[in-house]
Amino acid sequence: MTEIGLGHYLTLGAIIFSIGIIGIFLNRKNIIVILMSIELILLAVNINLVSFSIFLGDLTGQVFTLFILTVAAAEAAIGLAIIVVYYRNSGTIRVEHIDELKG
Amino acid sequence: MIAHSIFFYTFSIIAIISAIMVTVSKNTVHSVFFLILDFISISCLFIMIGAEFLGMIMLIVYVGAVAVLFLFVVMMLNVAQQKNKWFASEASSKHIPVGLIISTIIFVELIIVIGGWKYKPDLFDINNSLELAKVSNTHSLGQILYTDYIHIFQISGMILLVAMIGAIVLTFRKRVGVKTQSYIKQISRERSDGVSVLNVSSNKGVKIDD
Repeated sequence: MTEIGLGHYLTLGAIIFSIGIIGIFLNRKNIIVILMSIELILLAVNINLVSFSIFLGDLTGQVFTLFILTVAAAEAAIGLAIIVVYYRNSGTIRVEHIDELKG
Repeated sequence: MIAHSIFFYTFSIIAIISAIMVTVSKNTVHSVFFLILDFISISCLFIMIGAEFLGMIMLIVYVGAVAVLFLFVVMMLNVAQQKNKWFASEASSKHIPVGLIISTIIFVELIIVIGGWKYKPDLFDINNSLELAKVSNTHSLGQILYTDYIHIFQISGMILLVAMIGAIVLTFRKRVGVKTQSYIKQISRERSDGVSVLNVSSNKGVKIDD
């Protein structure tokens, strides 16, 4: 139990970032969980910015965390709206069935 | 200081376990609930290290709005229950080693960056503007948010407006066969549309609907 420093928070951010990446690759079930993994990645970035901001005594990191929060909310709203429209048109949002572009 | 360590490890372990459960949970509703638990524990960490405003905003925005939006969509789309395994077929299960390798590489790179970090000796005892100004976190954040970053702040407001309009336009659909009010039709109705003056001659009457 050493003193909690900047490195601990950065390690926590790295772990949550990696879990988000795993979630994007691992989850072939539905797209909503992939959107949640993107939220986890944004959360990890927020942890990094806030911990740097606190430990260096500079408020700019917290301001940018606020803007990342805004962009995350907008992205979630638009992404979920697209998913709703796709489900209405095709009846499924399973990842392996979404192959109309043959990408 | 020991209490600080205990709280940090408690909240971070809860956050990591719930982040893992978000990705591997079979039921999507459970994933959303674990996402909420993750956000709550991270916002507790933010409040603990002194970013109270961001912790509270995280609670309001993520737990109050984004997670409820996710829950709403999951329940509306009827995808909550998946009977089969969480990797659906043989074709998709070959993505799993690729994902594990890539995320492990990214994690190791991040740890190398963090571990090889050497702080400048006078980094932490510079004039700490947060400590010198005897104001709260919210007060000091507002003082620079509305002065130095006012343009970015307004652009973020525009982003939210565009997102709102986009979500409405995407999900809006005109239903056929449903009787609705048409405000344009009602407001633009003239006197001549509803009332007509007829010259009725005596002993003949008038046909109403012709």
